[in-house]
Amino acid sequence: MKIIDARGLSCPEPVILTRQALASGEAAYQVIVDNNTSKENVTRYAHHQGYEVTISEQDGEYTLSLRK
Amino acid sequence: MENQVKLTKLASCAGCGAKVGAGTLCQLLEGFATHTDPKLLVGYDKSDDASVYAVSEELAIVQTTDFFPPIVDDPFMYGQIAATNALSDVYAMGGEPKLALNIMCIPEKMEQHTVQEILRGGYAKAYEAGAIITGGHTIHGAEPIYGLAVTGFVHPDRLWRNCGAQPGDVLVLTKPLGVGILTTAAKAELVDATLLHKLYDQMSTLNKYAHDVLVKYSVHACTDVTGFALLGHSLEMAQGSGVTLHVQVAGLSYHQEAYEMASMGFIPAGAYRNREFAEAHVKVVGDVPLPLQDICYDPQTSGGLLCALPEAEAAACLAELQKIAPAASIIGYVTEQLDAEIYLE
Repeated sequence: MKIIDARGLSCPEPVILTRQALASGEAAYQVIVDNNTSKENVTRYAHHQGYEVTISEQDGEYTLSLRK
Repeated sequence: MENQVKLTKLASCAGCGAKVGAGTLCQLLEGFATHTDPKLLVGYDKSDDASVYAVSEELAIVQTTDFFPPIVDDPFMYGQIAATNALSDVYAMGGEPKLALNIMCIPEKMEQHTVQEILRGGYAKAYEAGAIITGGHTIHGAEPIYGLAVTGFVHPDRLWRNCGAQPGDVLVLTKPLGVGILTTAAKAELVDATLLHKLYDQMSTLNKYAHDVLVKYSVHACTDVTGFALLGHSLEMAQGSGVTLHVQVAGLSYHQEAYEMASMGFIPAGAYRNREFAEAHVKVVGDVPLPLQDICYDPQTSGGLLCALPEAEAAACLAELQKIAPAASIIGYVTEQLDAEIYLE
């Protein structure tokens, strides 16, 4: 599964990275972000692209699992 | 003209999105000793746009300041937008700006021409507003900052507070929403040049023209919609007035492209701060799609005036406003206080 590490980046970079990665059209991805804005924005983008999103949080970092 | 520097690359957050959240501000300002003065007509206690002090029975002085990092790459446009935004607070109080001071921070390596272009933008807007820039203060720093401290005047009887909205009023907004979302999407190069220039025009349009129309009507409350977004500024108006503001998304004026960009997650951090601050006071009635909600929480740089005025005057006022601000619209109405300060419906 492709992992997108967007930690340390501010908006809109995590969405841009996710967008580039999703262009490969796989069924599942994992996106790691470290702030609420990125978590919310990447979730919106994934929904927009037809992915389901589950989120787990640990130590202020969010792992977003995207599945089609 | 080819820009030698990408001004927005020097800024970690753009325009009014850089504003410290309303909740944080309240905490920061808590507990300081302040003088009371009967001539201080508007202080910071009502979260209004500017402070107002009565000099005489006919004259009050309006003071405000606003500045932010670059929101566009063109330095002349940046200067114009920053100045337009700073001058706006005076118009939002019903006043007219007269004197202004530059507030500026520039990286040491910034080219002289770029600095001059930023200032030229500020002077151009101050001139258009009929105000005089009489000086200022400039320091060196890593991120560019530009804005103005503005002094204006208003007749104390014709002062527009943000806290006078009355049941039976309608809400008028003079500029379309979505600027924060679209400038965020522009960083991802998803906004075409035509729309970008439309945004620049909008952000550099003085609220003077809307003000000059609104003074002919019975404005009960007014504020400008900037960093705290439509709902943050509406909340301040509702709380100050002791009423409920009904924001009707069907009447909302916003850039269509902002809806798509919001649904794709191009939303500035400030929008989430605004949501966090205001959400507990906002009751969503019926189906308001998430992108529309995001637009209502989107920080606006140099946004329009939001005012409450009697319904009987609304149609005439709107018709006159639309001659100079085609996107002006009636976005809701005011009732007595219900179970939430804002109904988003």
